[in-house]
Amino acid sequence: MKLVDVQMVLKSELICGSEHLNKEIGTACGADLMSDVLVFTKGKSLLLTGLTNIQVVRTAEVGDLVGIVFVRGKRPGPEVIQMADDKGIPLMVTECSLYEACGILYVNGVKGCSREGGQR
Amino acid sequence: MKNGGQEIVLEFNLKGADFETAGEASSKIKLVLQQIGVRSDIIRRIAIGSYEAEMNVIIHAYRGKITASISPQQTELLVEDEGPGIADINLAMQEGYSTAPDHIREMGFGAGMGLPNMSRCVDEFSIESVVDTGTKIRMVVRHG
Repeated sequence: MKLVDVQMVLKSELICGSEHLNKEIGTACGADLMSDVLVFTKGKSLLLTGLTNIQVVRTAEVGDLVGIVFVRGKRPGPEVIQMADDKGIPLMVTECSLYEACGILYVNGVKGCSREGGQR
Repeated sequence: MKNGGQEIVLEFNLKGADFETAGEASSKIKLVLQQIGVRSDIIRRIAIGSYEAEMNVIIHAYRGKITASISPQQTELLVEDEGPGIADINLAMQEGYSTAPDHIREMGFGAGMGLPNMSRCVDEFSIESVVDTGTKIRMVVRHG
């Protein structure tokens, strides 16, 4: 799935990074614990989170994540958006809860980050 | 940046509780590794180890320093801080053990995964700490 498809199925608003919308996502991870994100994601993962601070963007940069979706309509501040733009990390915001957003992506074929990919 | 022929040495000073710039040192180390063509999966492991250690200094210590010594074969990260130190390192290495306050947890850190994450993603890991003095962590990731 590409980021542009993520934007569509989650009915999300793109905050920055329109030039990256054709990037493929490998897996996705829903978490508010950044250490969990660092240890459980692989490169090219999409992060879904309820946190909007600058460390989320740093974590995405360090972990080679492909983008960040903020859930429950939470919007980051301008300095967070600026840093994401500078680092080439696209940001989106969806009205879905974390549970709903992850579920929608999962039924659309996006695997999780565990070794088994969360396969049923 | 010092480049003694084969080795690049990067040094960054860190300030406790400076959350605005937390992660910049790791970001710069990552950039240099990309510029010299280290494999991306190796860079990711180095960056995660560095970032977790950097966050630990920002969260727990008064000040600290990260030194990254990058050779063609490996990257060594030395992270030294002046701070409260760790009374029981075995306990601190357990997943989920944390002394971080709530406002750190609200930022997505302090869940007791930092030290276990570091040791998991590097090839060599050692830690020394003296209570009321500080902590020193050495990590090595081999490039091949």
